[in-house]
Amino acid sequence: MADSFSINEEMSGRRKFLVAATSVAGGIAGAAIATPFLLSMMPSERAKAAGAPVEVDISKLEPGMLLMVEWRGKVVWILNRTPDMLESLAKVEGQLADPNSDKKQQPDYAKNRTRSIKPEILVAEGVCTHLGCSPVFRKDVAPADLGPDWLGGFFCPCHGSKFDLAGRVYKSVPAPTNMVVPPHVYLSDSRLLIGSESEGSA
Amino acid sequence: MSNIFNSMLAWVDKRFPLSSNWKAHLSEYYAPKNFNFWYFFGSLALLVLVNQLLTGIFLTMNYKPDASQAFASVEYIMRDVDYGWLIRYMHSTGASMFFVVVYLHMFRGMMYGSYRKPRELLWLIGMVIFFVLMSLAFTGYILPWGQMSYWGAQVIVSMFGAIPSIGETLQQWLLGDFTLSDAALNRFFAYHVVTLPLVLLVLVFVHILALHETGSNNPDGIEIKENKNPETGIPVDGIPFHPYYSVKDIVGVVVFLIVFCGIIFFAPEMGGYFLEYNNFIPANTLQTPDHIAPVWYFTPYYSMLRAVTVNFLGIDAKLWGVILMAGSVVVFCFLPWLDRSPVKSIRYKGPYFKIALTLFVISFFVLGWLGTKSPTPLYTLLAQIFTVIYFAFFILMPWYSKIDKTKPEPKRLKE
Repeated sequence: MADSFSINEEMSGRRKFLVAATSVAGGIAGAAIATPFLLSMMPSERAKAAGAPVEVDISKLEPGMLLMVEWRGKVVWILNRTPDMLESLAKVEGQLADPNSDKKQQPDYAKNRTRSIKPEILVAEGVCTHLGCSPVFRKDVAPADLGPDWLGGFFCPCHGSKFDLAGRVYKSVPAPTNMVVPPHVYLSDSRLLIGSESEGSA
Repeated sequence: MSNIFNSMLAWVDKRFPLSSNWKAHLSEYYAPKNFNFWYFFGSLALLVLVNQLLTGIFLTMNYKPDASQAFASVEYIMRDVDYGWLIRYMHSTGASMFFVVVYLHMFRGMMYGSYRKPRELLWLIGMVIFFVLMSLAFTGYILPWGQMSYWGAQVIVSMFGAIPSIGETLQQWLLGDFTLSDAALNRFFAYHVVTLPLVLLVLVFVHILALHETGSNNPDGIEIKENKNPETGIPVDGIPFHPYYSVKDIVGVVVFLIVFCGIIFFAPEMGGYFLEYNNFIPANTLQTPDHIAPVWYFTPYYSMLRAVTVNFLGIDAKLWGVILMAGSVVVFCFLPWLDRSPVKSIRYKGPYFKIALTLFVISFFVLGWLGTKSPTPLYTLLAQIFTVIYFAFFILMPWYSKIDKTKPEPKRLKE
């Protein structure tokens, strides 16, 4: 009985070839039939269509205020930064992992110190680049839990990652990169379109 | 009467191997005569498995795997379905108790060297069962679609995004969307109630088949099959599983059910450890709770996930965390080959092994406790220290188990 599992040494070359060829053909058929099942698990056409851009009116956004909107099921922050907040961006640069935003986490028009089109308005996905939690907006300066060097920013409660007021990540925290700046464009002075870079697709 | 029974049995036996299997696996399966307290947990795991399958079937009758209805349907089960609260608490308590008995079952194996030759494959099948159990716990935890369901799933699925180059596509494939949404809830429901239970049942069957091939280990860690009665061919230190251990296990079941019922009726949330407070709030995709922690049985691994805060060897901290977390579970698979001691059981092992095992257990508990806390610089440092101890137990084992001063094993089982 045990022999029936092992390939018989006397098996002729022709039979060996036929067994190998049948196995290969069977393997290909198996992979082929698995393909539609695996692909059915990718985002559906409906899920792809749901990524439409979102238009936001920011005329009532006071300096220092944070507005949250939903785009593609993710939270997007719109922060109107005060002059003090903008000053803090230069002060914390020594503590940041990627102060010049060299890693491609933003469109080219947001690759600057404020990571924005208009200096005071930050548009960023409110999603921690570590494991996807949504960080908390902590504008209080030098609170007890974050230490005297804290000049305001975003703190992730899940694993303790810290970001400055331009969404740039601090050194020695679990998050590897700056927060993502989504594509966006100003339709007018107070109308912002998130998720698109051209006015036409609104 | 017995004549009718015997002839019916003979009729069946000609068509199905009923009596022969009954003998091979129960009435003439010879187990070592010295099983102690630690040997209750295998059969208790089976009991909990049956509990999960039965209560799970009844929960699906009222649960709705839809992001807009899931939370409300769980509340409906709790408030409006007759005895729905009982069935749900049996299921949620069963999930935690599953991990209690499985952890004790695994610890038994580590104490008595049950993973050693010839039981390596038995141990590996058991590890695969453990992985499937973790997947079941994770997918099940998502179903109520509360805040912890949502953000816990977000963290776990994001870990796949840490894998270089394919990470993002893999994550979309897992979620069926660009973010965690209804599509993911619906498919995790399918995994939780169909795919994983089927795989688990097959694996448990294979686990028992492999056990009955090698025979059970015992607290002395010697092979009873090496000392058989020359006339009967039965191990002299063996006793039939049925009725001896079937009856003993019933005593274990009674004690277990007293504890189990005590939890269900008096502390089903177990102070937030079995059912977390934040999960009584519906999922809010725009706001993470101030404090998130997994359920207690995942906290040791979760601590290791966030213990790494610096990039080294050209790999960033995020990926290191994921590697450590996965490694902390997978590393158990290597135990059969890491242990170089000439003896199996802790009874005959030397002081090095005993110290190492004690430190390992302490680090497991400390990491578990840290995983329930918010990260502070001190806690992160502690997590780093105990992560090193946790892995040292495994990595240094080939060395300390070899040079350890062992005692000679007995020829026969002690009473």
